[in-house]
Amino acid sequence: MTSSRFAQLNTFSILAYLPAWVVAIVAVAGRRYFLGEAAAMKAFYPSKPPFPLLHVDTTWKFRAMYEFRDKAVSDLGLELLVYQNPECVRLGINPFTHGSVLHTQMWKTEGLRQALDHYGFDIAFGGARRDEEKSRAKERVFSLRSAEHRWDPKQQRPELWRAFNVRRRPGESFRVFPLSNWTELEVWQYIRLEQIPIVPLYYAAQRPVVERDGALIVVDDDRMPLEPGETPIEKSVRFRTLGCYPLTGAIESKADSLTGIIREMLLTSSSERQGRVIDHDESSSMEKKKTEGYF
Amino acid sequence: MVHAASDLLVSDVDEYLRLHENKTMLRFITCGSVDDGKSTLIGRLLYDSKLVFEDHLAALEADSKRVGTQGGDLDFALLVDGLSAEREQGITIDVAYRYFSTERRKFIVADTPGHEQYTRNMVTGASTAQLAVILVDARAGILTQTRRHSFLVSLMGIHQVVLAVNKLDLLDFSQDVFTQIEEEYRTFAAEIGLKHIVCIPISALRGDNVAESSVHTPWYGGPTLLEHLETVVVPVVGEDGPFRFPVQWVNRPDLDFRGFSGMIVGGSVRPGDRVQVLPSGRETTVSRLVSADGDLAEAVAGQSITITLEDELDVSRGDVIADASSLPGIAAQFEAHIVWMSEKEMLPGRTYLLKIGARTVGATLAQPKYKVNVNTLERVAAKTLELNEIGICNINLDRPVPFDPYEANRDMGGFILIDRFTNATVAAGLLHFALRRASNIHWQAIQVNKAAHAALKGQKPCVLWFTGISGAGKSTIANIVERKLHERGRHFYLLDGDNVRHGLNKDLGFTDADRVENIRRVTEVTSLMVDAGLIVLVSFISPFAAERHTARAQFAVGEFIEVHVDTTLAVAEARDRKGLYRKARRGELANFTGIDSPYEVPENPEIRIDTSQISGEAAADLIIEHLNRTGILSP
Repeated sequence: MTSSRFAQLNTFSILAYLPAWVVAIVAVAGRRYFLGEAAAMKAFYPSKPPFPLLHVDTTWKFRAMYEFRDKAVSDLGLELLVYQNPECVRLGINPFTHGSVLHTQMWKTEGLRQALDHYGFDIAFGGARRDEEKSRAKERVFSLRSAEHRWDPKQQRPELWRAFNVRRRPGESFRVFPLSNWTELEVWQYIRLEQIPIVPLYYAAQRPVVERDGALIVVDDDRMPLEPGETPIEKSVRFRTLGCYPLTGAIESKADSLTGIIREMLLTSSSERQGRVIDHDESSSMEKKKTEGYF
Repeated sequence: MVHAASDLLVSDVDEYLRLHENKTMLRFITCGSVDDGKSTLIGRLLYDSKLVFEDHLAALEADSKRVGTQGGDLDFALLVDGLSAEREQGITIDVAYRYFSTERRKFIVADTPGHEQYTRNMVTGASTAQLAVILVDARAGILTQTRRHSFLVSLMGIHQVVLAVNKLDLLDFSQDVFTQIEEEYRTFAAEIGLKHIVCIPISALRGDNVAESSVHTPWYGGPTLLEHLETVVVPVVGEDGPFRFPVQWVNRPDLDFRGFSGMIVGGSVRPGDRVQVLPSGRETTVSRLVSADGDLAEAVAGQSITITLEDELDVSRGDVIADASSLPGIAAQFEAHIVWMSEKEMLPGRTYLLKIGARTVGATLAQPKYKVNVNTLERVAAKTLELNEIGICNINLDRPVPFDPYEANRDMGGFILIDRFTNATVAAGLLHFALRRASNIHWQAIQVNKAAHAALKGQKPCVLWFTGISGAGKSTIANIVERKLHERGRHFYLLDGDNVRHGLNKDLGFTDADRVENIRRVTEVTSLMVDAGLIVLVSFISPFAAERHTARAQFAVGEFIEVHVDTTLAVAEARDRKGLYRKARRGELANFTGIDSPYEVPENPEIRIDTSQISGEAAADLIIEHLNRTGILSP
């Protein structure tokens, strides 16, 4: 072990900071969430993490993400909870008919709130980093949310040293971001050092894509209605970030190894969230979503 | 991320990453006001180290045209001003963290605002920083706020300071101006004990001496800002010094394994090291350093591990495992710097929660010895601390805690105070030294104890705590209960608010702080009387839930009987036997409960009496009945 940041794992210590509360790691099969699991496995070793994984599902993730999720959970021997907003299931909410804003709002934001209430979780870990987006830069590591799951940027508690105030009133909850101070490069380096498996979608491969509004969308299943004259073509693409497949743009790439991905990332010139359609809706959209209860 | 695409990155990514993994990290804060160009400087650092993505740059260009202050040119400040509300106001209102790296080092910048009312944010940002960049506008020179920032930097234990003299481009890069500012600052910095200072002439807007040496300052031979940040030697916080390990979690996967998980906050540890578990003081030897990657031969500050010990000791969350040959102190009374961070003023005498390391205890603050005027650094007499005020206070904990002076170890000497009811973080504190006073006053063992006193009187001692607004009928009912107890041959005493204020508490007024102290003293007196085996009737408005809660906590379960004498303000005001409401309404009586001072209604009193519904006699009977039922009168 060297004296590097990774050997020290200091941010993960937060996982062990918690009193015995009901906690959950909200998981999707994005790489940073699995980084979170790997970290939790380490933080509590030789015990298992004393909390389950919660997947707030939208039914619209890539198939590879579901496969990866199930395999990882069974390999690690963890408990997985999957929650789908029943209202969305009933109405068949999808990004094509209902648009990305409503889709995200109902499946993800409302779904997450419902799931936390349903299971009675008062702490949910997420993988957000402060370097991702401007409104995230001021987010706390322990982010207090009201009983209605709202984030009030003006009422945040000051966080000094490593002295986290974890007290809350009944109904209030925390979103906890152990990776707050990590950068995208560090996440990739850690994955490489620890040989953490990642969803194959991060690696370049021939995939059927269509181009819509400047974004390359992979046709992941036959639920995707094609516009007249639109024919999927095979391209070597990969993803820098993963979400619902109709809302996640791929990039053209030949990087089919971890080293290749990292090299590409270091040489590229757009931020990772750029592939996410939801951030572009309006200038301060992330901040707005967060006050409504999004991670 | 467009890193300066070194050849190495293209030719050998593995080697490039290996170098990056071993880069050291520097955390620094920037201090200065909106006008000093602080956000511009950070934006410039990000831009010059080529860490601005194209899509961010596109957003920046758009934002610069829409709300920028540079007439359509790139407004770097917009890169770092995060939240929309502040973007509209054009100011930064909180602490924002930014990340960038160069070929030599990784950086985390805490961007803290320079506004007068935001001491809180600066102290927060400084708490994790190893270096401070203090900006001054060359045209304005050293200002009051420069002194304030420097004082806070020094207070928070940051030893490395860069004075960045900005906007020198507007003064034709005058060497005289720069030298004059530098001299003035060095004189001041020496006074407050800042030792390592580097002064750099810059233009954040144009980039002079930020990442590249300026052609406009041939008279300056020092490093650029970025060069200095890349090369300055700073120890990792807690790296030097003796081994300290606050236990966060007892790790028990099965009956055969018992380890203690947490993060090392000082020094290093190896198997075989002699350690003490504090506060119990039991000594043992470190057996293993357990990690998911196998046992370690050594672990250092900043590393999270699980430790096992040779001996089966009782260790729980909040305990500290420490180097047995260099122990931290253990105390329950301290002198501390307190930085008040809440809109509600500090209340001396009130019990707050204090969190230090992984340990949370009850803490009471004494009236400040003084507060520091952060602008003039003068010591000013104070009865309390308000938002953004800094003072020196004695602090009294309900249990002893292991600690090191803040100067020696930030994690072992820095703490936060939490309001028990709102759960807000109301203050940050820095421990300096333990007060030996209390530990030298030993508790004199008494032969005849509370039980013996009570047995002699044939009763169980208790407190009847009457609370309610003025004129509710507390004293009336207490007087009747007193008479009934007397008739029954019981031993009791009535402490009445008005009467106690004529003697013991005659130095106290009616501010919130004085009300808290009023109740604290009465609680102590009551506690002595209960020890003597008496039934004590306490008739005080006692408007705050926090103090009633503290009073209750002083007594055994069942001993404290809260009687809420309840009536509406209208009824109490109509009675107004003492004429106080009339005076208060005329504005002749300030801080009157119910009028301009709050009364917090008890949530779960043992007895609630609505005096608009029942008579004093009937109320007293209810109370006597409660005493009978709970065995107080005939144990």
